[in-house]
Amino acid sequence: MTELDVRGLSCPIPVVRTKKAMDDNPRDVITVLLETVTSKENVTRLAASRGYKVKEEAVSGDYRLTLTPSAK
Amino acid sequence: MERAEDAGVFKLTDDLAIVQTVDFFTPIVDDPFDFGQIAVANALSDVYAMGGTPITALNVVCFPNSTMDLSILHKVLEGGLAKMHEAGVILLGGHTVDDPELKYGLAVTGTIRPKDVIHNSTARPGDALILTKPLGTGIISTAIKAGFASKQAIDAVVKSMTALNRTASQVMLEVGVNACKDVTGFGLLGHACEMIEDTTVGLEIEAAAVPLFPQAREYYDTGMVPGGLTRNRDYRKNQVDYNPALPNFLKDILSDPQTSGGLLIAVPQGKAQTLLKKLHAKGVKPATIIGKVVAENKGRIKVT
Repeated sequence: MTELDVRGLSCPIPVVRTKKAMDDNPRDVITVLLETVTSKENVTRLAASRGYKVKEEAVSGDYRLTLTPSAK
Repeated sequence: MERAEDAGVFKLTDDLAIVQTVDFFTPIVDDPFDFGQIAVANALSDVYAMGGTPITALNVVCFPNSTMDLSILHKVLEGGLAKMHEAGVILLGGHTVDDPELKYGLAVTGTIRPKDVIHNSTARPGDALILTKPLGTGIISTAIKAGFASKQAIDAVVKSMTALNRTASQVMLEVGVNACKDVTGFGLLGHACEMIEDTTVGLEIEAAAVPLFPQAREYYDTGMVPGGLTRNRDYRKNQVDYNPALPNFLKDILSDPQTSGGLLIAVPQGKAQTLLKKLHAKGVKPATIIGKVVAENKGRIKVT
C-alpha cells in the first residue's frame, strides 16, 4: 500500500508523483489525497490508462482516490 | 469601442486609429529563445485579430536577478527581437522588474483604418467558422512540465506557437470577413462564447473537424490536463450543448487554454472556400472549417 498526499500541488505534479509510485511498486494499491478537480480527473485518467481500478471518495472537502492494479 | 475586444482601438483621424494591447506570461517551453518568440507572437496576435498592423513595441520583463543567469534573459530577449523583426515591429524600449519568476511579453501599438476594424461580435447567420491553428498547446505544455513530452510533440507546438497570425490576418482583410477573435487562454469554446455573447446568433462546432496536435490525445489520457482547461470548461458549461456520444477528450480539448493560438474567423459561406484556399496557399496549412454561425440557439454553442 502506497499513500500519497498531493494537496497543494498543481498539475502536472500530482500525476508525476502518482506515476512514480506506480512505476516503483507496480503491484501496490495506491491511495492519493487530492484537492482540485483537475488533479482528481488527471490521476483518474492516468490510472485508467494503466489498467487500474479507481475508487473515489470525498474526504472533508478533498478527494481520496484508491487505485487498485488490475493484477490484484 | 463599446464591447470587450481583443485590443483597444483609439481613432486619431477619420482614416487612422491606433490599436494597443499588452500581454506577458511565464515560460511554457524550456528553450529561452523559443519562449521569447512565442511571447512576442502571442502579444502581437491581438492586433492581428482586429485586422491591424503592429508597428512598435515595449518589452515587459520580470526576472529573478538573484537566482537566474542573465544569459537566459538575453536569449529570451533575442528570441523576442527576432520575432519582432519578422513582423516588421520596432522595439522602442521596455521595463524590467526583479521578480521570483521569469515573465516576458510586450506592450504593442499598431495602426488600423477605422473602417477596416474587424470586431469579434459581428458574425452573421450562415457564416462559416474557420480556425487557423491546431488546439492542444495547454495539454502539451503540461506534458513538457512533467517531462513526458516527446521531442516531436515539443517541435510541433513550438512551430505553431511561434507562428505569427500576420498572414492569416492579411488574408482575411483581403477576402473580407464578418468577425474574428484570437484563441488564447480561455480555449476555443471560451473565445467562441465571447463572439456570440449579447448577439442574436449561436454557433455549431463539429468537434471531429477541429484541428488538433496529434500527441494531445495520448497526453490527455495520461493525465496531462492543465487546471485552466477544467476552469474554462466549467465556466462555460451552461452555454454549451455537447453531443453526449462524443468522447470526453473531444469535448474537453475544446476548452484547452491556448498560448499564441490561431484566429477564429467568421466568414460568409460564399467566401469560405476562397479564404481557406488563400490561407493554405500562403502557408497557414492547419486552417480548417470547424463549424458555422446559426440564427437559432442564440448565445449558445452546439458541439456535434
